[in-house]
Amino acid sequence: MTEKEAHITVQDLTMAYGDFVLMRDLTFTINRGDIFIIMGGSGCGKSTMMTILIGLKAPARGKVFYGEVDFWGADPETRDRIIRRAGVMYQSGALWSSMTLAENVALPLETYTDLSPGQIREVVKLKLALVGMAGFEEFYPSEISGGMQKRAGIARAMALDPEILFFDEPSAGLDPVSARRLDDLILELRESLGTTMVVVTHELASIFAIGNNSVFLDVSKRTMTATGNPSQLLAETRDPNLRLFLTRGEKS
Amino acid sequence: MTARGEMILEQPAADTLKVILSGHWKLGGELPGADQVQQTLEGKPGVRNLVFDTRELANWDSGLLTFLMNLGTLCSRRQIYLNRDGLPQGAKKLLELALAVPEKKDARTAEARVSFLTYLGNQTVYFIRSAGEMLEFLGDTVVAVLRLLRGKAQYRRADLGLIMQACSAQALPIVSLICFLVGLILAFIGAIQLKLFGAQIYVADLVGIAMVRLMAAIMTGIVMAGRTGGAFAAQLGTMQVNQEIDALKTLGVSPMEFLVLPRMLALALMMPLLCLYANLMGILGGMVVGVGMLNIGFIEYYNETVKAVGLWNLGIGLFSGMVFGVIVALAGCMRGMQCGRSASAVGEAATSAVVTAIVGIIVSTAVITVLCNFLGI
Repeated sequence: MTEKEAHITVQDLTMAYGDFVLMRDLTFTINRGDIFIIMGGSGCGKSTMMTILIGLKAPARGKVFYGEVDFWGADPETRDRIIRRAGVMYQSGALWSSMTLAENVALPLETYTDLSPGQIREVVKLKLALVGMAGFEEFYPSEISGGMQKRAGIARAMALDPEILFFDEPSAGLDPVSARRLDDLILELRESLGTTMVVVTHELASIFAIGNNSVFLDVSKRTMTATGNPSQLLAETRDPNLRLFLTRGEKS
Repeated sequence: MTARGEMILEQPAADTLKVILSGHWKLGGELPGADQVQQTLEGKPGVRNLVFDTRELANWDSGLLTFLMNLGTLCSRRQIYLNRDGLPQGAKKLLELALAVPEKKDARTAEARVSFLTYLGNQTVYFIRSAGEMLEFLGDTVVAVLRLLRGKAQYRRADLGLIMQACSAQALPIVSLICFLVGLILAFIGAIQLKLFGAQIYVADLVGIAMVRLMAAIMTGIVMAGRTGGAFAAQLGTMQVNQEIDALKTLGVSPMEFLVLPRMLALALMMPLLCLYANLMGILGGMVVGVGMLNIGFIEYYNETVKAVGLWNLGIGLFSGMVFGVIVALAGCMRGMQCGRSASAVGEAATSAVVTAIVGIIVSTAVITVLCNFLGI
């Protein structure tokens, strides 16, 4: 990748719940093919940031551009069309509990493609196998562990081969090995499919292992204080809060 | 019990107060409070330092720490330096840990006291807003129904089947019981009055018309509000908590079509059938009283009922049933979709769904009755 092409651009964004301003003046760019990390301490609005990016919550002020299109300025149909090209993995998986894993992964395919039931079954099998869940097709979400639900959530998110994948705290609540395998999966998907990844996390190991671009939301200053490659940020930053965050508060 | 904490206050220098702690400083025991220190400080305005002597302290837990935290706020208010050197090592460290992150004061807007007028205004605004939400939900439902009629709605036939089963066949036992008893009660009450005139036979008319035209539909509606409306609200509410509804939205699938439509459809189709069944059970209940207690013949009772209950009555009853079905489903789904993101919010949604549905049933009964009266049917 020589030329970087902006995929999502955030401009002067303010997030608020009623009168309570969570973050203000956020401006950053997510490039095509990035693994972009949204990081920050708990309660800093990482997940809220994601709900704005995926069209669930309108920002209090500011703009989000997908390519050239003003996401929140557009009509709901345009928004729907844009977000249909994205896949989302929610914090707890958010699998539809009344359906089996196979049905969960199949629903996007049934809705937006003309594939025959047989073809859909094959795609579902492949996606579940990709996340290491082959053979669990007929299980219900309540019958598998939290980590498995997350992985099945990823399988569903990538059912339609999206251009962008959003992950809300992918490694939270996973054992170190599973978390590592998930990181590998994210890297592998980016390499082979060129998907843009937006990852909300505060898991340091993941941040350095997979991220090539990031934004740091500083909860005490109510705004972003840095953006760029996390390893580079660690090497160059003078901001004590960011340094504290990236080093787990340990002195080097 | 001797296991109690003791505190002695000494003043070794004019600007220093020494707090000597001894004994067992454990939660649940009798412990001196920070207000004792405060009282002493009131009398000695010159004190600028607070030191501790804990050599006699046997053991301690959070009881000591809360005391120290209270002392800390007291000292910062009176601008007294709190010297932690004399404290046990562990207590010193825990205290430092507790004070490491400063208290966040602006994170939550404080619950301020509001005047009555403000409260009234807020409630009015809230009421208007919720009425608006209700209308919006109704509008969304109509749009979804229109899409269904054009064959464009996205929902799973399997879901529709499951919901239909849950709100029809599985409701039969409770509907049987309630409507049988209501028929029986109506007959009892009527019998006492009608006996005075020797007109017991008209018990059949009374029970028949009341059940078929109104009571069966109302009772079934209320049973379904509690049984199915509450369940709908809880299901959708839990889906809201689990972000399952968010997942549908980001996929571009309308939750109105995918979740609300099959539920409404199922109840609207099944309620008239349930009502028909409830009619039979109610008449059966009346018959038990009429035949068993009033010595009316079985055939006689049957004939009287057939004579009394017209087709219009049946039609109005079944129509009411369908309306109630739609009301119960909409109330349940609406409260579920509006649900917050916590377990208690799911409980509130279920409660509110049942209340909304029952109010809706009673109000629409009134409207239907007035309309029928107006139309002369």
